[in-house]
Amino acid sequence: MSAAAVCLATMCAIVAVGAALGFLAGVRRRMDLEQWTVAGRGFGVVLVFLLMAGEVYTTFAFLGLSGWTYSRGAPTLYALAYLTLAYVVSFFILPPIWELGRRHGMQTQSDFFRVRYRSRCLTALVCTVGIVAFVPYLQLQITGLGIIVSIASFDTIGRTPAMALAMVLLVGFVFAGGVRAVAWVSVLKDALMLIAALAIGFGVPLLYFGGIGPMFAALVAARPAHLTMPGATSNLGHAWYVSTVLLTSVGFYMWPHSFGAAFTARNADTLRRNAVVMPLYSLSLACMFFAGFTALLVIPGLANGDLAMLLLVRRSFPPWFLGLIGGAGALTAMVPAAIFILTASALFAKNLYRPLIAPAMTDDQVVHLARGTVVVLGSISLALAIFTSTTLVSLLLIGYAGVAQFFPGVVLGLYWRRVTARAVLTGVLAGVVTATVLMLSHHDPCFGVSAGFLALCLNFLLVVLLSLLGPVRNADSGASLDAFELPAAVR
Amino acid sequence: MKTPSTAAVVIALIPFAAMCFSVSLWDRVQPLVLGLPFNLCWLIAWIVLTPLCMAVAYRIEAVHDARRRGP
Repeated sequence: MSAAAVCLATMCAIVAVGAALGFLAGVRRRMDLEQWTVAGRGFGVVLVFLLMAGEVYTTFAFLGLSGWTYSRGAPTLYALAYLTLAYVVSFFILPPIWELGRRHGMQTQSDFFRVRYRSRCLTALVCTVGIVAFVPYLQLQITGLGIIVSIASFDTIGRTPAMALAMVLLVGFVFAGGVRAVAWVSVLKDALMLIAALAIGFGVPLLYFGGIGPMFAALVAARPAHLTMPGATSNLGHAWYVSTVLLTSVGFYMWPHSFGAAFTARNADTLRRNAVVMPLYSLSLACMFFAGFTALLVIPGLANGDLAMLLLVRRSFPPWFLGLIGGAGALTAMVPAAIFILTASALFAKNLYRPLIAPAMTDDQVVHLARGTVVVLGSISLALAIFTSTTLVSLLLIGYAGVAQFFPGVVLGLYWRRVTARAVLTGVLAGVVTATVLMLSHHDPCFGVSAGFLALCLNFLLVVLLSLLGPVRNADSGASLDAFELPAAVR
Repeated sequence: MKTPSTAAVVIALIPFAAMCFSVSLWDRVQPLVLGLPFNLCWLIAWIVLTPLCMAVAYRIEAVHDARRRGP
């Protein structure tokens, strides 16, 4: 058998096991709307940990971080900081969100905005921004899948057919199982990813340099500027680092799927405990930095840094091992992509289409519409992945600039009575428009600061000012915050 | 919604200060620690130290909750 055949066979076997796990998990249960999206609120600590970890460690971490480490250098360190600090933020916001969710039967992020602000305009805006922000995120996963398959086939399969195939499997996977399937596939995926990360992060430097220490010693001698900010870039310095870490760490749980995952926890304490231990999971990300730096020394001069890690593996290990890593990487792209598609389609059908256009729809019709939306969203992202090219990390940062604009509305909505729907609506709109204009006119970073962060500051300022200027809430206008307080006996 | 205790918020600001705001103090290659550049090693150390901070915040919140609930 040729190297490409061995490699592809191993990879297909792993994806098949993953898909089978997903289908089996789906068959045993009857699927209604609640079951399909939040799995009956019955997940325990271990499963919630795996579910969240499965969503967090995406193609971004696997290929994107090593790719940016290769092409940009030290600015990539922002990822280690934000993935840790995001959980510090979640410690304070997820438990109250969960409590509201249970009291009001919320399933999605826009349920939160609908219940808290009682404004159809705001809810529709949040839904739309959420769905649009998913597109670069989904494009990231599909682009990654294409890279994996074309490298694993030793360049015999083109990226376009590979991405199309992945999309079909992904849609079938989502139809069969929903979130529970995703949680079980995460178990397989996470185990494989950890093995792959350790093997690459420690094994490859050992192979070429005799260890990580000697590898860095060689790098300090050859490319010292790569190791401190702004690395190989001219504009990603300390101001960019601080602003990007702040933007992404507060934006992390503003992604509709991460926000929605909070509702699947058994209780608020589970979420708080998770927030304490979850940062430890990102330790394994250090391996992606080791891989990116090693690739810079071993295979310099690649035009697309996102290929660096897999090319390094292909050069250093036997084909079956590349297949193993390719399989784990493929699941890493498919599991989050499944969650994004599920969340975005549920958002569209349940929170945007039904309330605004067809209030008489039954729950069954909503499920059907959600399934149709899965296919449409998959196709749009596939088309974008085929016809545009941006680095994987940049795609994620574009999405963050959008979803982070929800943060003022969420955090002030939880803790400040006076904040009004009109203020939040203006803030989100101003934030999204500012970020979009700055990015499209190539002003990101703007004066060394992340454009999304500048937009978020403007947004925050507007929300606070307009709320202070707005009418003081009287008993029957807007949401009554008292309804949110839990009776002491329940706690 | 109930507000978190001030002590828990202050403790949560420690990881932010260490990993984010103080970047210009620790963004350098030398001294290499365990063979790693100083900035990389600093961040890895704080990935481990952050859960310790948050464990303290968790205990403070638990006590805060119990006190709020009353005897």
